[in-house]
Amino acid sequence: MSQKVLLSATEINIILHRLACQLLENHLDFSNTVLIGIQPRGTFVAERLVRILKDEYKVKHIDAGFLDITFYRDDFRRGDKTLEATATNINFLIEDKNVVLIDDVLYTGRSINAALTALQSFGRPKEVELLTLIDRRFSRHLPIQPNYRGRQVDAINDEKVKVMWKENDGKDVIYLINK
Amino acid sequence: MSELSVKHLLGIKYLNESDIQLIFETADHFKEVINRSIKKVPSLRDITIANIFFENSTRTKLSFELAEKRLSADVINFSASQSSVKKGETLIDTVNNILSMKVDMVVMRHPNPGAGIFLSKHVNASIVNAGDGAHEHPTQALLDSYSIREKLGDVAGKNVVIVGDILHSRVALSNIFALKLQGANVKVCGPKTLLPKHVESLGVKVETDLRKALNWCDVANMLRIQNERLDISYFPTTREYTQQYGVNKTLLNSLDKEIVIMHPGPINRGVEITSDVADSKQSIILNQVENGVAIRMAVIYLLAAKIK
Repeated sequence: MSQKVLLSATEINIILHRLACQLLENHLDFSNTVLIGIQPRGTFVAERLVRILKDEYKVKHIDAGFLDITFYRDDFRRGDKTLEATATNINFLIEDKNVVLIDDVLYTGRSINAALTALQSFGRPKEVELLTLIDRRFSRHLPIQPNYRGRQVDAINDEKVKVMWKENDGKDVIYLINK
Repeated sequence: MSELSVKHLLGIKYLNESDIQLIFETADHFKEVINRSIKKVPSLRDITIANIFFENSTRTKLSFELAEKRLSADVINFSASQSSVKKGETLIDTVNNILSMKVDMVVMRHPNPGAGIFLSKHVNASIVNAGDGAHEHPTQALLDSYSIREKLGDVAGKNVVIVGDILHSRVALSNIFALKLQGANVKVCGPKTLLPKHVESLGVKVETDLRKALNWCDVANMLRIQNERLDISYFPTTREYTQQYGVNKTLLNSLDKEIVIMHPGPINRGVEITSDVADSKQSIILNQVENGVAIRMAVIYLLAAKIK
């Protein structure tokens, strides 16, 4: 197994700032926009973006939540492992809102498909966009593309992209791991 | 640990402590789901479940059916009173006939102890015991412990007294197993005639004085006198039972501390507890019913994950 650094802490920080600016450009004051991080790893990206938008770009209020998609996945009973659920925390209505789904790595697109199904339990959004830190090109199983992407990666199927966060894993870094 | 150690839920006796924790953690997520405006998830859309009830039930049957439907499973219901069982069909034949219609899971209540265990050895489906005679009622014990955990934060170290007909109660036996497994202290309380011999061997203490038992406990689980199972007279009159083992507001208010009152239902108001106790702030009887759906969703979800 070998691993190489795909993005360093500085690069991640620059990319998060760019993504925050792109969100700002499209959603202005976030009065009709909600950010939803997909559990478990998308919530870190969402939390960082919210912090940047509030601290550095002085957005007063952003509705942000996180969504667990375990019970909506299409691979229940098909894998070797039981799917373990995590918490959902969406304490606002998404009816008629612009929703930005946020995840760390976009790979087959199946998680996003499950997230779109799960969102229906919280109302009918006006529009749904997708933000992803890493977009693994050429590996999609479904016709799903991000509206905002941090970095595009051409990784082959044996390779794995691992995103680490200071608050969870000790440091900010993204590795490309060759199994 | 993200998987149950068992393929069927036949009794608490067959579970370990991490199974119970996994069920509770999963139930937490389902409780959030059933409090949304849209209370349904699509996980079990390719699973069919048969609810087979050879004995009467309101709460348990409704709770299981609701749990199954909220997981998007297909559900068929079967009551023995309206079936070919009356024409002399055996249990294995009945269930195998149902299974040949491609059913993945069977939820069964049966008047004979061990019926679920017997079935699990002879048919190819996941079995959930919804009560087998005076033996076990595992989902009830799980939801009782879950309700204690919700109300008091933890089950370990808590003092729980089970009051009433311990001898004929599957709820009592499953509760004793579940509570002991989680590290609670358990006492049983009732007239001597309704306490099983050697019940202490399960690690519980016996108390025949209700006031002493209530003063000791944090939680009192009040059981119903099961008249349908009392083949002989175990106490002189219902009135005398109520005087000695019924909980009323006066008794509750005279205790040293505020205790939590539970009841698995159906309540015989005025016998084991009075209405003012059942409807008081100390009672978590209706929380138990709500938690029952979340617990059953968790159990079915986790067992279904093992069906390949």
